[in-house]
Amino acid sequence: MPNTPNGHTLYQRVMAETPGGDTLITCLQCGTCGGSCPSAADMDATPRRLFAMLMAGMDDEVLKSNTPWYCVSCYFCMVRCPQNIPITEIMYTLKQEAIAQKYFDRNPHTDWAHSFIGYVEQYGRGFELGLATRYHLTHNPLGAVKKTGLMFDLARKGRVAMMPERIENMPQLTAILTEAKRIAGGEK
Amino acid sequence: MTAANGNGRKDNYLYYPGCSQRATSRAYEKSAKLVGQALGFTLEEINDWNCCGATDYFSVNVLPAYSLVARNLSLAVEQGGTRDLVAPCSACFLNLRKTDTNMGKYPKLNKQVNQALAAGNLHYDPGTLNIRHLLDVIVQDIGFDTIEARVTKPLTGLRVAPYYGCLIVRPDAGYNTEYPTHLDELLTRLGATVVDFPMKTHCCGGHMTQIGEDVALELIRRLVHNAAEYDADMIVTLCPMCQLNLDAYQGQVNSHFNTDYRLPVLFFTQLMGLAFGIKPGDLDIGSEIIPADAALAKIGQEAETKPRQAVRRDKNALPMPSLD
Repeated sequence: MPNTPNGHTLYQRVMAETPGGDTLITCLQCGTCGGSCPSAADMDATPRRLFAMLMAGMDDEVLKSNTPWYCVSCYFCMVRCPQNIPITEIMYTLKQEAIAQKYFDRNPHTDWAHSFIGYVEQYGRGFELGLATRYHLTHNPLGAVKKTGLMFDLARKGRVAMMPERIENMPQLTAILTEAKRIAGGEK
Repeated sequence: MTAANGNGRKDNYLYYPGCSQRATSRAYEKSAKLVGQALGFTLEEINDWNCCGATDYFSVNVLPAYSLVARNLSLAVEQGGTRDLVAPCSACFLNLRKTDTNMGKYPKLNKQVNQALAAGNLHYDPGTLNIRHLLDVIVQDIGFDTIEARVTKPLTGLRVAPYYGCLIVRPDAGYNTEYPTHLDELLTRLGATVVDFPMKTHCCGGHMTQIGEDVALELIRRLVHNAAEYDADMIVTLCPMCQLNLDAYQGQVNSHFNTDYRLPVLFFTQLMGLAFGIKPGDLDIGSEIIPADAALAKIGQEAETKPRQAVRRDKNALPMPSLD
């Protein structure tokens, strides 16, 4: 059943929320995207199929699909698309929609993204050691053991920052992000 | 883009380092600065820059992600100097460029991002800056002839696979999006033998090494296998993420697929430095996980392995596992 916050279908919202997303209506269903995608084999629907589902109003299935989460953001599909549809950017919008509607609020991908964003919003910069530690210990303790060895290897080579760097004007960044979130929230 | 006559050279560029340059890819920043010195240009860091958001911020909330990037653009304009803003990391380059391009193309996005920036008393007019990757600056502004003239220790006999990765050419950086050749030409001018590398713009897996390891390991395997098939001595890259994935995860690829690849992965600036006669240690050669020693021996260079410093521990410290 199509879910329609504000009376708009997911298809309409994706087109509206993605810069250049209105070109999605011109999709020819040629399949060049899926054929170019390095992780298509792991997706439950290729981008072409996902777009057909979206146009058919299969909102629930689209938001449940793992396709956007397996997108590696390599832009191969996008530069090859004969209709110049910003496919990679649409994948970002679909992830955002799936998170907002609680379809994917706890999985490895979103946990990683939220941990990453947490550090950026706290310090203004990424912090690899903290991110990897927080993510793997909370989400994947068994895998963390393997990663620890790798972190030691990198640390020995002087390639790990032990402390996060904090930018000076954090209040400015916070004000900008808060305002951006307010604007984005008002749109939905 | 074709001409690389070196007519656009400048002495100073605004510089956006990106978070990796301060951690996993310190070698890249160090070698880039030394190469800049040798070629007569400096990289002036944007004061108080913040993270570009990588791919993860865009996945969760698109407008704040654009605003995060735009703060850097606005600070760069305030600092002034040149119109050119240089990023050495392909992901940072893409995000900075994408934000500038899309703000210019889509008035609604421009308005909303500037509304957010105003909360921090900032503003950015799209098109003010020209956002460029470090490789583009070196190839276009300095030019191949100037670079070749600076070579004192040619890399003769070294077989290199030029690895561009995805984001330096896609979606719209002005080069061939699938088979660029400017890094090939640069390495040739340094004296190296550039092997054919059909996978040169394929993806390294990005953050998938953390959240979907099987996917990432297969992507890395394809790349390393392809370079090995063409008898490359090493893979040369221009992106911190590509370097980290191919270098640090090659061991896991080997155990996962029962393979035995030992291909070192260096930054193009490290090879430029070697060809310019800069000492390997100054270029942080030796900081790679897969050692480059054997490859460097082919060109008469020796990686300095830093003597390990004894780790001092507090007498009352808890017992810790040894690093060996």
